[in-house]
Amino acid sequence: MKLLTLNFLTCARRTCKSSPLSFPLHPCDAELEIADVDFSLDFLRNILPRLEWDAMVALCSELSLPLSATVPAAAELSGAGDEPTQSAKDLHHLLLETNITAGKLVCGNCGHEYAIKEGIANFLLPAHMV
Amino acid sequence: MSRPEDLLPPDLYYNDSTSRSYTTSSRIKNIQAEMTYRALALLNLQSPSLILDVGCGSGLSGAILSSQPNAPQLTNPGGPHTWIGCDISASMLAVALENDSPGDLFLADAGQGIPFRPGTFDACISISAIQWLCNAESSIETPQGRLKRFFDGLYVSLRRGGKAVLQFYPKDASQKKMISDAAVRAGFGAGLLEDSEGTKSAKTYLVLNVGGGDILGAVNGMEGVDVDERRAGKGKGSKKWKKGKPNKGSKAWILGKKEQMEKKGMVVKPTSKYTGRRRKTPF
Repeated sequence: MKLLTLNFLTCARRTCKSSPLSFPLHPCDAELEIADVDFSLDFLRNILPRLEWDAMVALCSELSLPLSATVPAAAELSGAGDEPTQSAKDLHHLLLETNITAGKLVCGNCGHEYAIKEGIANFLLPAHMV
Repeated sequence: MSRPEDLLPPDLYYNDSTSRSYTTSSRIKNIQAEMTYRALALLNLQSPSLILDVGCGSGLSGAILSSQPNAPQLTNPGGPHTWIGCDISASMLAVALENDSPGDLFLADAGQGIPFRPGTFDACISISAIQWLCNAESSIETPQGRLKRFFDGLYVSLRRGGKAVLQFYPKDASQKKMISDAAVRAGFGAGLLEDSEGTKSAKTYLVLNVGGGDILGAVNGMEGVDVDERRAGKGKGSKKWKKGKPNKGSKAWILGKKEQMEKKGMVVKPTSKYTGRRRKTPF
């Protein structure tokens, strides 16, 4: 699962919807893997305003990955002649090429653990928890 | 042909062997690809976007989303898209893993809601999946409840101006109405579109948009499109609701009650010009 996806995921339980603690989910015993993805500057520009940067910073500190505390501006992504800058490449590497392949995601509100196996997170809830 | 929805719940129906034969059948592949291209044309995306694929299965539709080239001269520009898929069948997802599916996969039941924060996705696509939501497998769930949770979750997770194109196989007209009504109730602007209507290979698409914009804009200039537009709170939908029941105490209501009692075999006074007439206000 890409780190980009993790920046959008919340707890699936109905009772957690109203709590601010249900986002972001906290990774636990996570195994990371790098997989190549084609670079797309347009997609980065599209997705950047929607990212919760604070959650991203918290996630990176939990996974001990480096990330600056300030949001890169849209203008910083491309240099002269629409060439992507190093910060755009770093962002692409972090968001789209870094995957969590195994581990758990823990909700900050109810403490429910969602298992990740082979990169697939299990968000099926038993009937009494829906 | 019997409907798989009537046989088993989706997570059991799509077991290892069914999932494999579903994914390797060239006939199913072609139909799925055709419907995905049609849905992409309806979405009319202009730049690389983040898309939710509900009921992604083995990633047949997702492979098309990721392989869209970004060339303005094409009918569907704006690729390659990044997608996140969810499916209830673990076997289907296992096949997707074998095929090195480029999107992120989730094992999740769409009838339990969509676990993403508000405004996540640019668009949503779903190919032959949401008719499964009309089956409730336990007595504590209802099809209406499952559809409500799905559409409510979808409405929240799409950004404003986002669109969803959901292709599904309705069992009959009432099921089609149940699904589109649930979407309208969640707040979507909804339109139903049918390709090759009335034939065996009829395809039903539910086109939804979130806030603003015109649903007809997407299908303008397309051939063979039959749009049935409704929106919550205005237009035909809300008026029809009122027409069904006469006000309590009105003449129509009294006549209805008399007829009902007559059918039960009660003795009912004959109807005259005085029946249900308003009395003079006493001084």
